[in-house]
Amino acid sequence: MSCANSFDIDATGGFLKPFSRTEGDAITAFVYGCMRIMSGNYDTALIVGLIKGSENADNDTITSCFADPFYSRPTGINETTAAAMQMRLYLQRYGITEEQCAKVVVKNLGNALFNPYTHIKKRVSVEDVLGSERICDPLKAMECAPKSDGVCAMLLASEEKAKELTDKPAWFKGWGASMDTFYLGDRDLLDTPLKSAAASAYKMAGISNPRKAIDMAEICEPYAFQELLWCEQLGLCGQGEGGKLIDSGATQMNGSLPVNPSGGVLAMNPYVPRGLYRVAEAALQIKGKAGEHQIDKKVNTALAHATYGFCGQWQGVVILGS
Amino acid sequence: MAEEKERPRTIEAVGTAPFEMALGPTWTRFFEGIKEEKIFGTRCKKCGRVLVPARPFCPRCFEPMEEWVEVAQEGTIVTWSYIDYTYFGLEDDMIPVVPATIKLDGTDTGWWGVIGGFDIKDFDLVAKKVKVGGRVKAVWRKEKRGCVQDIEYWKVIE
Repeated sequence: MSCANSFDIDATGGFLKPFSRTEGDAITAFVYGCMRIMSGNYDTALIVGLIKGSENADNDTITSCFADPFYSRPTGINETTAAAMQMRLYLQRYGITEEQCAKVVVKNLGNALFNPYTHIKKRVSVEDVLGSERICDPLKAMECAPKSDGVCAMLLASEEKAKELTDKPAWFKGWGASMDTFYLGDRDLLDTPLKSAAASAYKMAGISNPRKAIDMAEICEPYAFQELLWCEQLGLCGQGEGGKLIDSGATQMNGSLPVNPSGGVLAMNPYVPRGLYRVAEAALQIKGKAGEHQIDKKVNTALAHATYGFCGQWQGVVILGS
Repeated sequence: MAEEKERPRTIEAVGTAPFEMALGPTWTRFFEGIKEEKIFGTRCKKCGRVLVPARPFCPRCFEPMEEWVEVAQEGTIVTWSYIDYTYFGLEDDMIPVVPATIKLDGTDTGWWGVIGGFDIKDFDLVAKKVKVGGRVKAVWRKEKRGCVQDIEYWKVIE
């Protein structure tokens, strides 16, 4: 974001090493590190993503700068206002209810109580969420992710090196990313590039039926309804069935497909590394080292998702395996 | 050692970085039209779509979009919201705002505009008047600057 070179380089041990920085969500640094190792030229790579949200202006002050200055920015568009437009469309087209969206907040903040590394620690009810301030109708304040401080570091290693370092590595299996066109008016906001990002990641990982193959998912949901929509686009449920999915209980910590056992972005939103957090949480679940929020079944295949831009303009999907 | 937890020491740092953004030929021609109360789109000769604001090329076909067409100033609401919070650049006296994407008649994309012309501080009234699928038309400012705000708001057609 800013004067990162002055603080990060010494702390990460990056000086006098082949250091580089990536653009977008820090999940792309994870993929860059994987590529370096897969090239055969490196044995290890340390991936670090950080942000001190407490020091910068409101996230929406920054996200309004995503917009072009001629046409979109003067009308007040930012990540939240764009998301509210997407949510209205989602409710209208598929009959998703505001209660179903609120349930995502109840679930994720409930999970976050078992994760020491989250920012928001609060048990809430559907009524609390629905009664919170309507900041950008139909979005309520509690359905929007906070602005958090956070740092995430991951050590990647070649197969040979990994066996020296740990008894229980998590393996990189697949990756896909996709970018949509900029203008919201040109897009169908409910048909996002996440579908093609997921298709690439599943192909690389050899997954033909994601509903069966994925044991748990960490999904980037800066706005509650997006967890439901992203589950659809990831093929974890049918189109328009995100509401039914949360109602079924499948995505609860003890369900058949736990989503965001960490608490997700609604509980902890370090803007830049939030996607890298998803990969780290997925790896912890595979390693059985997620502590109190470890899910109660064996995790062979885990999905981590990242997004940024208006209404999920950019999407990235990582698949990890045991 | 102080018993009370003190707020960490901070300094305030404000960064101002002025940009001078070039409009380029397409935006320039588009805003010349806006000054004359005309909304221009461009048509793709390959897929036939009409996109507003006007574009230099079709982002789907990568064909130059050389055919300029004046489009309707009425359209249908695709989706809308109700901004009722502030952030840097949006002060208390500027909210609420009712943004909407509007499919202008004869175009193949949504225009991003702001609905107004009645008491939008009354949310219930807004929810009654503004509907997905509802019709709106452009209302222009008297004094024009050749920018998107020359359209003062989009008026709901009852």
